[in-house]
Amino acid sequence: MSTPTLSRDESALFAGPLAWTEDLTVRFGRRTVLDRVNVAVQPGEVVTLIGPNGAGKTTLVRAVLGLVAPDGGRVLRRPNLRVGYMPQRLAVDRTLPLTVRRFLALWRPVTADKVEAALEEAGVTRLADSAVQTISGGEMQRVLLARALLGEPDLLVLDEPDQAVDVHGQAELFNRIAQVRQRRGCGVLLVSHDLHTVMARTDRVICLNSHVCCSGRPEDVSRHPEYHALFGGHARDLAVYVHHHDHAHAEDGKVVPEHDGSCCHG
Amino acid sequence: MDEFVIRALLAGGGIALLAGPLGSFVVWRRMAYFGDTLAHSALLGVTLGFLLGVNPMIGVMVVCVTLALALVALQRRRNLAADTLLGILSHGSLSLGLVALAFLETLRVDLMAYLFGDILSVTDGDLMAIYGGGAVALTGLALLWRRLLAVTVDEDLARVEGMPVDALRLAFMLLIALVIAIAMKIVGILLITSLLIIPAASARRFARTPEGMAVLASVLGILAVVAGLLASLNWDLPGGPSVVVSAAALFLLGSLVPIRR
Repeated sequence: MSTPTLSRDESALFAGPLAWTEDLTVRFGRRTVLDRVNVAVQPGEVVTLIGPNGAGKTTLVRAVLGLVAPDGGRVLRRPNLRVGYMPQRLAVDRTLPLTVRRFLALWRPVTADKVEAALEEAGVTRLADSAVQTISGGEMQRVLLARALLGEPDLLVLDEPDQAVDVHGQAELFNRIAQVRQRRGCGVLLVSHDLHTVMARTDRVICLNSHVCCSGRPEDVSRHPEYHALFGGHARDLAVYVHHHDHAHAEDGKVVPEHDGSCCHG
Repeated sequence: MDEFVIRALLAGGGIALLAGPLGSFVVWRRMAYFGDTLAHSALLGVTLGFLLGVNPMIGVMVVCVTLALALVALQRRRNLAADTLLGILSHGSLSLGLVALAFLETLRVDLMAYLFGDILSVTDGDLMAIYGGGAVALTGLALLWRRLLAVTVDEDLARVEGMPVDALRLAFMLLIALVIAIAMKIVGILLITSLLIIPAASARRFARTPEGMAVLASVLGILAVVAGLLASLNWDLPGGPSVVVSAAALFLLGSLVPIRR
């Protein structure tokens, strides 16, 4: 991955990345969750973060959103970048009487017309007057998409829906997001547990395990030995092409540079 | 009708009006025990007010806000669960208030009036405090309404949208402290929370919108005040507790009403 050297103002002029990190390090107590991570999302690009449980995917997303403060390095965004965030889940307390329509209008002053348009773009018009507590997990994901769209985001950030959303629902959601990206040209930063779910709809995959293990086009990453080391038998039959790699792992997972070759972090 | 009865109705009605929307937020944000803790600390504020020679309401505000800030600081450490911390602060501050009051031997304070309220002895000054403070609190709540709702639904989303989440939470605590300071005289510090949460809880079943729940909670609260005061006058019952019993009775009645959805 190339490290952007532009200042924030210059990046707005020269169409650099929407948001990027520079040697981002986050620790929870003594555990280093993110170790000098460099990622960037370009305009119109779909970037998918994959990695095993506890790899720091959600933490990275939360740091990009400004919800987690870096312990080292920094998170940068284009000035005035509009970010649309779709959390993994959202449970509204049952004591709060709230329809979907009303939920959408809470986050900024919006007109009724805009709410209708967002409901339609996310395909949840028929849910407009349902209580938010009564809709299914998959429906809630699409409502959260509608909510994010109301902010007219330059960058859409979403954490993969959890088990509450079935495979069919997930595929439908990703199709919607792909459409939104095409129509609006916004960048997308997406967390996924499984490369195969999102492979066809991703421009670039970043395989994370506290540090960036490898990154590149989905078909390249799926052949990467680091990817296989992390996901084991899942994709063994694809192990044909061996990608060049510039570091090894010590037993504790720390990165040990092998030589100064530089290939896969491109 | 006697003048003291009219004053009592005006005072109780004003508090109930204010408690509707604010109490709805207490219910939505699951802060009933938090409200109780702040209310229990109010006695310490009263004592402080007497000691420093300022209005007890100001003493109550100061102590409530200090306690709220202390709680936020303690919660950051995460060594103890929130309800345990609340229990310590709630009973610790109430007992400290009682002890401090006992030290002030020269002072004659009607302790029962502070603990359980004395709605029939409301003065014109009390009414001014209730309606003046109430107007301030309701205006503040109206201005922050949408953002407070957003923070209540999800703090992370509100933060990403650029809302000042910590400031909003603090503002809400200030509003609660203000209500406790002005409602103390009416229902007493031990019963204030009930006036916040019982009407709001009763309104939940019938409401389709947050605003509907808030308004209905105000109406039910005012009904409880009127019913409680009438009962108190007719049968010579303590005023504050009668109002709370009426509110609880309305809650029970409401939960018996069948609803078609």
